[in-house]
Amino acid sequence: MKDMSVAGPFPFSAIVGQDEMKQAMVLTAVDAGIGGVLVFGDRGTGKSTAVRGLAALLPQIEAVAGCPMNSRIVSDVPDWVELKDDTIVQKPTPVIDLPLGATEDRVVGALDIEKALTRGEKAFEPGLLARANRGYLYIDEANLLEDHLVDLLLDVAQSGLNVVEREGLSIRHAAKFVLVGSGNPEEGELRPQLLDRFGLSVEVESPRDIEVRIDVIRRRDAYDRDPAAFCAEWRGADADLRGRIVAARARLNDVDASDDALRDCASLCVALGSDGLRGELTLLRAARALAAFDGDTDVTRDHLRRVAPSALRHRLRRDPLDDAGSTIRVTRTVEEVLG
Amino acid sequence: MSGGEARWHGVNLAVACLALDPGGLGGMWIRARVGPVRDRLEDGLKTALQGLKLRRIAPTISDDALYGGVDLAATLEAGTLRRTGGVLADADALILPMAERTPVGLAGRLAHAMDGDGMCLIALDEGAEPGEHAPEALTDRVGLHIDLTDHALTDAPALAIDLGALAEARLRLPKVTVPDEILADLTRVADRLGISSFRAPLFALAAARASAALSGSEEVEEPDLLLAVELVLVPRATIIPDLEADAAEETPPPTDTLPEDAPDTEPQSVDTPPAEILLQAAKAMLPPDLLARLKAGKAARAANASGAGAAKAGNRRGRPLPARAGRMGNGARVDLVATLRAAAPWQPMRRSATGGDPDRIHIRMSDIRLRRYQETSDRAIIFVVDASGSSAMARLAEAKGAVELLLAEAYSRRDHVALVAFRGDTSEVLLPPTRSLVQTKRRLSSLPGGGGTPLAAGLRAAIDLAALVRGKGMTPSVALLTDGRANVDLSGAANRPQAAEDATMLARVMRHDGLPALVVDTGLRPTRGLDDLAREMGAPYVPLPRADSRSLSRAVDAALAP
Repeated sequence: MKDMSVAGPFPFSAIVGQDEMKQAMVLTAVDAGIGGVLVFGDRGTGKSTAVRGLAALLPQIEAVAGCPMNSRIVSDVPDWVELKDDTIVQKPTPVIDLPLGATEDRVVGALDIEKALTRGEKAFEPGLLARANRGYLYIDEANLLEDHLVDLLLDVAQSGLNVVEREGLSIRHAAKFVLVGSGNPEEGELRPQLLDRFGLSVEVESPRDIEVRIDVIRRRDAYDRDPAAFCAEWRGADADLRGRIVAARARLNDVDASDDALRDCASLCVALGSDGLRGELTLLRAARALAAFDGDTDVTRDHLRRVAPSALRHRLRRDPLDDAGSTIRVTRTVEEVLG
Repeated sequence: MSGGEARWHGVNLAVACLALDPGGLGGMWIRARVGPVRDRLEDGLKTALQGLKLRRIAPTISDDALYGGVDLAATLEAGTLRRTGGVLADADALILPMAERTPVGLAGRLAHAMDGDGMCLIALDEGAEPGEHAPEALTDRVGLHIDLTDHALTDAPALAIDLGALAEARLRLPKVTVPDEILADLTRVADRLGISSFRAPLFALAAARASAALSGSEEVEEPDLLLAVELVLVPRATIIPDLEADAAEETPPPTDTLPEDAPDTEPQSVDTPPAEILLQAAKAMLPPDLLARLKAGKAARAANASGAGAAKAGNRRGRPLPARAGRMGNGARVDLVATLRAAAPWQPMRRSATGGDPDRIHIRMSDIRLRRYQETSDRAIIFVVDASGSSAMARLAEAKGAVELLLAEAYSRRDHVALVAFRGDTSEVLLPPTRSLVQTKRRLSSLPGGGGTPLAAGLRAAIDLAALVRGKGMTPSVALLTDGRANVDLSGAANRPQAAEDATMLARVMRHDGLPALVVDTGLRPTRGLDDLAREMGAPYVPLPRADSRSLSRAVDAALAP
């Protein structure tokens, strides 16, 4: 069996192509407030690979040792956690998988039946939302998720707060995470409410170019044959990328968005007829994160142009009779509005 | 060798390859009904994979069994925490019978395990229909695809597994080299067969390596590649490659894109066959009815994956049912009050029996009561009825009768019925989804007939209504009743070709939306083209020349039953 613990997942930087997906993920790493990424596309195009690679790429966080929800400081630790000690440790940014068919108990947490029965204590057993706090929550096949779980996730992602009221428990704890969803559109649509909640969305396709495809296979094969050596080879590239993300985070608040840039955002959204203000805000945030990542001091039209498809394509009103995909509609409008 | 023998020989090699590299090949997807042929394959697998920890799991396996959990019975008895080990932590390879019944949740979890630590899966798929098979999340991650549906027992002798040779080959496997050009060839072949997943060429590579190791070679050769194509790529093909056209297209070598490949485009050595040879072989192995099969499978899949609102029996939402004694796990929630109530009468006895703490409540496994809910989503059948001039008034009366009959039984089955009629140049929702029989009868009696056949307008109204119905948490399905060909297009103009095109396009939208449908031809003779439309919809086509209300209602019920 392959030993993943030593070698780590497939390096993020080694992913061939899929630039839009990589850009979107990097942007959420720069500014978690962008609000998550939805990756839609065919099977076996490296959606999961990218998410797992991202986990290894993200900078470590400081957290209280033994806190199931990765609290930053001891006073943040909720009282239902029994802390063994107060030390602060470095740990990887959590990337938690939310499996399809997960029960509500496992997601939000529930009464710890084991403690209740063996010790007669009313204790809370935290769920996946607690563990994803300050990190990422990854839903593979988000479009197949049961409706009641979707509702619940939307609520928590929106409020950053997980409220558990059941079996005599009354618990609320912080649950701030970046939602990353993936799915195969052939197998079902996502509800518009959920679509809209993701900050960015990207569509991945298998690359058409045969040489690119061969390159993908070559790298994957090299990784499968000797993961440790392959990861070592790409460690430098991953570290560079991590360095840029950390630097961009520090620079983020200093990036200026001129009135012109704001006007561009608004005109784009009006021209596309996207609902509400969420589109504009996300577009601006993403452009700012991209500017910070590029080391620029101002949001320019170029930044807007590069993030517009990811920020807006899932916010268009769906028209089953329009054959042109939303990506084409966004690109066309961007050309018209931004020139 | 006969076809069957040759195939069985391939199966034998597949088993050996899997034994060599279970992690790299991911496992085997076996499509076959239970029977001696499958038994022989399973026996061979067990022999070949000895040394690996094989565990058999059911599609209904709970999370506790999968990942391990608290053993409540043992915990309660001992008074200290007892855990059970999970299958995933314990096994190297899983055997999953009835794989076609795997729920998406389990498929996701198994897929995760396969991605993460190289779990090998042997999926025994007993699906009978083209669309009825193990979830693609799994089949895509399983390297070897084997279809034994029509395999004769006479062509399936016991598999020859030479454990000594396997052991030798296993030592040789890490040394097997694959020239870069072969890697490129396999990728090209996969691409030309219309396989978009990147897993396929990687699996083919692994199979070729294993095959080379088996044949005692340290370099992949032509027979190894052919085997890899047969076992991995051909079963995944979605298009039949057009050899001549493609060869002409590929004449300019793409050296400019990747300069480092330049040395490889030199004349190839004898033992590295170019992609063309592999493609020709692949083409010969493809089943002749490939395209028809793919089409059927795709429609069925889209219909199965309608997503939100589908009928399901939940244990967290819905109408509460009385709590019931049962085991913890699989997401069940304990009904604490009911559990305590069940334990209460026994307290004095248990206290004296254990001589224990009088303040503690003594609970035993048998006291546990689980919450149960019944959640079924209501069905809404949208009748789309042709009320054009070509459709005799009698037909309309029968359709009305069928609607009434279905509604009469609807209360017990939680059915809602809606009615869309199309005639003249437009369509009209005559009856929004309802369960009210009285209201329906009144509306139906006033339905007039006559005019053109704006089929597309009717379908469009049905699609809109279906979206509305889904939004309300019901599961919509469409029953189209017509005897004619469309002759009025979406804009309301009498334009037969455009009308047919619009109807076809909307039929595709329906299939894409996963909207289950049924096309009932109510004409006296079957109408040409209507069965094509049904195929576009992914819907059954039922000619009912002398339909009365009762047979119509029966047909609808049978075709659209959840």
